[in-house]
Amino acid sequence: MKILVAIKRVPDAETTIKVNPEGTGIVNAGVKWVVNPFCEIAIEEALKIKETKGDVEVVLVTVGRSESQEQLRTGLAMGADRAILVTAENLDTTGVSRVLAKIVEKESPDVVFLGKQAIDDDSNEVGQMLAQRLGWAQACYISEFNMADDAKSAQVVREIDGGMRTDKVMLPAIITADLRLNEPRYASLPGIMKARKKPLEEIDGASLGVDLEPKIIIKSMAPPPARAAGRLVESVDELINALKNEAKVL
Amino acid sequence: MGNVLIFAEHAHGELPKATAIAVGAGKEAAQKLGGDTILAVLNNTIGGLAERAAKLGATKVVTVENPALEHNMADVTAAALGEVAKAVDAGLIVFAATTLGKEIAPRLAAALEAATASDVTGINDDGTFVRPMYAGSAFATVELKGDRKIISVRTTAFEPAAEDGSSPIEALSVDIPMPGNPAEFVSQAETKSDRPVLTEANRVVAGGRGLKNAENFTTVLEPLVDALGAAMGASRAAVDAGYVPNDLQVGQTGKVVAPALYIAVGISGAIQHLAGMKDSKVIVAINKDAEAPIFSVADYGLVADLFEAVPEMTGKIA
Ligand SMILES: Cc1cc2nc3c(=O)[nH]c(=O)nc-3n(C[C@H](O)[C@H](O)[C@H](O)COP(=O)(O)OP(=O)(O)OC[C@H]3O[C@@H](n4cnc5c(N)ncnc54)[C@H](O)[C@@H]3O)c2cc1C
Repeated sequence: MKILVAIKRVPDAETTIKVNPEGTGIVNAGVKWVVNPFCEIAIEEALKIKETKGDVEVVLVTVGRSESQEQLRTGLAMGADRAILVTAENLDTTGVSRVLAKIVEKESPDVVFLGKQAIDDDSNEVGQMLAQRLGWAQACYISEFNMADDAKSAQVVREIDGGMRTDKVMLPAIITADLRLNEPRYASLPGIMKARKKPLEEIDGASLGVDLEPKIIIKSMAPPPARAAGRLVESVDELINALKNEAKVL
Repeated sequence: MGNVLIFAEHAHGELPKATAIAVGAGKEAAQKLGGDTILAVLNNTIGGLAERAAKLGATKVVTVENPALEHNMADVTAAALGEVAKAVDAGLIVFAATTLGKEIAPRLAAALEAATASDVTGINDDGTFVRPMYAGSAFATVELKGDRKIISVRTTAFEPAAEDGSSPIEALSVDIPMPGNPAEFVSQAETKSDRPVLTEANRVVAGGRGLKNAENFTTVLEPLVDALGAAMGASRAAVDAGYVPNDLQVGQTGKVVAPALYIAVGISGAIQHLAGMKDSKVIVAINKDAEAPIFSVADYGLVADLFEAVPEMTGKIA
C-alpha cells in the first residue's frame, strides 16, 4: 500500500507574526519555519498505519520553495520513506491542488492525507479541491481513521460544528486531519540520521504542464484593529459593578 | 457580474443563524457589485425549508430535491450546486464559513474553476474581499480573478438578514453529476444542550486548562454559565484533555464567536484562542497569573483563583 501525505512549510505557531510596514506581507526576519501542525498530524497517521499494516510506503510531497526541503527531511526523520519537492513560488490553493493532482496521478497512492488547514493562510481548501480534481471522496476534519481490513474503505469520525459524525469513504480518498486525530511523534536522533539518506526527488513545478497562475491575489495586508486597553479590577464585586453599570452587559 | 447565489445550510428542518448571515452578506455583495440574490436550498426533502428560506428576503429561493442530497455530503452537494450555479448565472457564490460551508466551497471552486476565499470578513465596493490570515495576526485584501467567485463568510463579521421577507420559490430540476465513489453517511453524535448555541449566543463563558478536570467544568463553571444564560465555550487544551466536547472549542481552528460578553476563565490567551473571540464586545478574564496574555485583550481583568472567584460571582448574580 502507498500513502501520500501532502505537507506545508509554515511559520511556527509560537512565532509572533507582524505585518511589514509596506503592507505587502509579513515580516520574515526571526520567523522559525516548521511543518504545519496539522500536516504533522497527517504524517503521524500515515506512520501509524505503516506500523500496524506493514508493507506500507509513506511518501511525502510539498509544493513550495527549495527551503521546504527542511520540512520534508523532518517528515522523513519521523519515519516517512521518501519525499517529493515540487518547486514553485507564489502558488495559491488552486495551483497547489493542481500540482498535487498531477503527483497523485504519477504516484497512484491508496489514500492521501493532508492537514485540514495551514496555519499561515488559514484557507482550509487544498484537500477539498484535490478531491474534486481527482473525482475522489473527501473526509475533512477527522479525529479518527479506521481502515477496513481489506484496505478498500475507511470509516472516519469527523469533527463538525454540531459535534461528531461518522462517514465511510471508499479508497482511494482524500483525508484531512484535525487536531485530535493523534499526537505526532518527535523525530529521534537515529531518525534524523537516517532521513539524510532517504530519497528526496525534486520536480520543477513548471514542468508539470498545469496552470500555476494564482486566482487569488493579495493586494495588501494590514494588522488587526487594536482593542482599546482594558483595566484590572480588584474584586468580584467591582467586576459585577463594572459589567452592570459601565459595560451594561448584565 | 452575474447573480449572487447563497447556499442555505440547514439542519433538522431549520435554518441556523449562519444561513441568515450568509444571506445578509450576499445582499451586501449584490448591493455593491450588482446582481440578484438567489438562495439555494438543497435536500432529500424540502418540506417547510423553502418557506423558511423565503422569509430571508432574497430575490428568489431555488430548491433542489434529490434523495442523494440527504446528510449534506460534500461531494454530492458540490456537484448539485455546480449545476445550480450554471442555471442561475451565479457570478458570486456565498457560504457561511461553518464546517459544512468550508467542506463544500473549495470543492465547488475546483469544479467550476472559480477563484475562492475562505473566512471573508469584509466585502469592498471595488469587488475585493478582506480575510484574516495567521490566526488573525493579519488581514489581507484579496482580489479574486475570473467571472465566477466563491467566498465563505465569517458569521461574526456580517449582520443576519431580517426574517420579514417573502421571496418567490422556484423548484429547479437539476441532473446531479454523481461522483464515482461518493462518501457515505454512517452516523452522527450531536452534542445536545439546552444552552444557547455557542456561535449564536449573546453571552459566552469559556473555560480552559485552569479548570483542571471535567468535573470542575460541571460544578464550578456551569453554574456561572447558566446564571448568565450563556453558552459554554472552551480552549483547545480543555477539549484535548477531554473536559468538554470538541464542538465547544473556540479559536483559530475551532469556532469564531463575538458575543456581547465573553468571560474567559482559566484560559491563558494564546493567539490561537484569541483568534476565535477577540471581536467580542466586552471581554472578561479571570486568571490567577497576572502575566497571562488574555489580560491584553480583556476589558476587565480579575487576577484571582478561579475556584474562589467563579462561585462568588455566580452567587452574586444568580
Ligand atoms: C495549530 C494549532 C491550532 C490551535 N488552535 C486552537 C484553538 O482553536 N483554540 C484554542 O483555544 N487553542 C488552540 N491552540 C492551542 C493554543 O496554542 C493553546 O495551547 C491553548 O489555547 C491553551 O489553552 P488554555 O489557555 O486552556 O491552557 P493554558 O495555556 O495551560 O492556560 C491555563 C491558564 O489557566 C490559568 N489557571 C490555572 N489554574 C488557575 C486557577 N486556579 N485560577 C485561575 N486561573 C488558573 C493559568 O494561569 C493559565 O493562564 C492551537 C494550537 C496550535 C498549535
